[in-house]
Amino acid sequence: MSDTAEVILEIKDLDISFRSSGETIHAIRGVNMTMRRGETMAIVGESGSGKSVTMKAAMGILPDNAVINGGSVLYRMESGSEPVDLLKADTGWLRDNIRGRSIAMVFQDPMTSLNPTMSIGNQLISAIRSHENISRSEASGRAVELLEEVGITDPVRRMRQYPHEFSGGMRQRIVIAIALSCNPSLLICDEPTTALDVTIQDRILDLIISLQQKRSLSVIYITHNLGVVARVADYVNVMYAGKIIETGTIFDVFYDPRHPYTWGLLSAIPDGESSDELYSIPGTPPVLSEEPVGDAFAPRNPYALEIDFKEEPPMFPISETHAAATWLLDERAPKVERPRELNERIEKMKREASEYVR
Amino acid sequence: MSDEKKTLLKVEGLTMKFGPRGRQNTVIHNVSFEIGEGETFGLVGESGSGKSTIGRCIIGLYKPCGGSIRFQGEIMEPGEMRREIQMIFQDPMASLNPRKKVGDIVGAGLDIHKLYKSREERDELIGSILERVGLSRDQANRYPAQFSGGQRQRVGIARALIMNPRLIIADECIAALDASIQAQIVNLIRNIQRETGTSFLFISHDLSMVRYLSDRIGVLHRGFLLETGKPDELFGHPVHPYTRNLLSSIPSPNPIVQLHPEEHYDYETSGIVYENGTWHTVGESSSHLVLCTDDEYVKWGAGK
Ligand SMILES: Nc1ncnc2c1ncn2[C@@H]1O[C@H](COP(=O)(O)OP(=O)(O)O)[C@@H](O)[C@H]1O
Ligand SMILES: Nc1ncnc2c1ncn2[C@@H]1O[C@H](COP(=O)(O)OP(=O)(O)O)[C@@H](O)[C@H]1O
Ligand SMILES: [Mg+2]
Ligand SMILES: [Mg+2]
Repeated sequence: MSDTAEVILEIKDLDISFRSSGETIHAIRGVNMTMRRGETMAIVGESGSGKSVTMKAAMGILPDNAVINGGSVLYRMESGSEPVDLLKADTGWLRDNIRGRSIAMVFQDPMTSLNPTMSIGNQLISAIRSHENISRSEASGRAVELLEEVGITDPVRRMRQYPHEFSGGMRQRIVIAIALSCNPSLLICDEPTTALDVTIQDRILDLIISLQQKRSLSVIYITHNLGVVARVADYVNVMYAGKIIETGTIFDVFYDPRHPYTWGLLSAIPDGESSDELYSIPGTPPVLSEEPVGDAFAPRNPYALEIDFKEEPPMFPISETHAAATWLLDERAPKVERPRELNERIEKMKREASEYVR
Repeated sequence: MSDEKKTLLKVEGLTMKFGPRGRQNTVIHNVSFEIGEGETFGLVGESGSGKSTIGRCIIGLYKPCGGSIRFQGEIMEPGEMRREIQMIFQDPMASLNPRKKVGDIVGAGLDIHKLYKSREERDELIGSILERVGLSRDQANRYPAQFSGGQRQRVGIARALIMNPRLIIADECIAALDASIQAQIVNLIRNIQRETGTSFLFISHDLSMVRYLSDRIGVLHRGFLLETGKPDELFGHPVHPYTRNLLSSIPSPNPIVQLHPEEHYDYETSGIVYENGTWHTVGESSSHLVLCTDDEYVKWGAGK
């Protein structure tokens, strides 16, 4: 994490709708994010908030019924090169240079990325040979190395096996090996461990972290698990109803959250101590077939001001790294404190952190 | 717990095998535990460890190959189903018939057991249970597809609750839901449990939710129950290396304090043979138990 590294990805005012059965769903309503080379960024938010669509747009793999209303996705393929707007790039060029090349993706369910009828050796070899003109035996040697790199023991024998012969965690390692086969600069992991047990999750996260250091990868995690975010990320973007509503370093967001939605997300994690009612954000996220009036979170927000029901809040900068889209940060807003329980929790986390560091 | 509360369910030496005769695979090994009246027992363990199989044996979907299950003191026949034991499933959509109205889904148990005298009484029972789980009466006429994931799980809870069960088995019932909706459902379960005194077998791989909801927790691995205790005992002083590994793998929402397992646990190389273990009490506690040999008991410092 260094703010001197060059920007690798910059998403500006991304705006996307979907047409489905006569309805228009305004799924992405102006997303902005910047990421520097070598960083780890997390995108969190409830399902339907637009996390996957944002990343699909970045890879040019949006479904046919998606309409890009505006914005840009500037991506710098190589260090020092000029950024390219991936939204304007030609599909053929994207296929040859970006997708599964410079940007690779790992999905929640490894089975969707693996071919059940093909040995994993053949899958790796064909992935390698699809972007490198090398012999089969050379590719096979490379495949074995990749399997070793992702922690699969006895790789020569396992090359001959089929996906169903592996456990969920091992399959996810294989998917990661395939993703790495093209030497990507940016790895996007969409809920990579959601379907796995915590012990396996821990090992997969360790693996991604170590690969990242070894290969100086930039990594984007899409997840709804705040524990995972705190463990792996440098920066977090919190999404709600197609917008980023808070952004900052993990320290900004976990120790000094400013958006009431982020308060709700953090408060809903059981802290293992209080046995009072768990905090839960009331209601459900809006259906984006109707354009929200004012702040999309207002109907669920116990701290909503009158203006929240009329006008959408802009992003208010809090520090160089931290910003949030809530009218509570406007200088005219009444002073509203974070919920007391959450403040106590944060104080406790900070205390534990200072003891931990010492 | 048995010293405070009456035992509702007593599972003793439960053993379950699958597969053709001669090549059977033992999935549950000699598992014993009790659930008291009004108590929530949390069962945790990785996928494939046998959590659902235990739940299905209790509800009567599987016939155990060995051991006994006592409910309210009576031995249950293998495969016996009782109105007093109900289940809530993980995927509310898969367990709800999409062509049936929600009211009929919720009322199915009433219909099977003929638990009403008139149509009005039936509709009243359904309406009031829907309200109890946070839905509205008129939603009885809608179809499952018109409900969100969280609402469908409320329907699943209503369908179980309407039978006035003494024990509800909740198998991964929040796994498919978003964090904020999970909290709503967990609060609902807790309120129901406080109001009605229903006991719960809460099966989940989400350790922090299990900790929050349970009076006692059991840790299952490879079909063996390895350690049981109250949440504070288990989280505060886990003894079994598997439990220790499991708990330290939970990522903490505190960016600076990440525990990390000291080393990754691997049964094959751990030198532990679950079959050789017997139940030992940890320290002075009567509720904290660990499955181990006498040597392991000393080695793991369980006596202190
Ligand atoms: N192929 C599609 N057709 C119509 N709507 C879609 C499609 N894909 C996504 N959406 C809509 O876009 C929104 C955001 O979806 P997504 O990015 O997948 O959410 P998540 O944050 O869970 O990853 C959702 O509300 C969904 O309804
Ligand atoms: N009906 C069945 N037939 C054969 N094997 C089964 C059956 N049900 C479960 N198993 C096996 O029993 C083991 C435990 O499964 P399960 O109880 O579903 O675990 P969990 O719920 O902890 O994920 C698994 O290895 C599974 O494959
Ligand atoms: Mg998604
Ligand atoms: Mg299960």
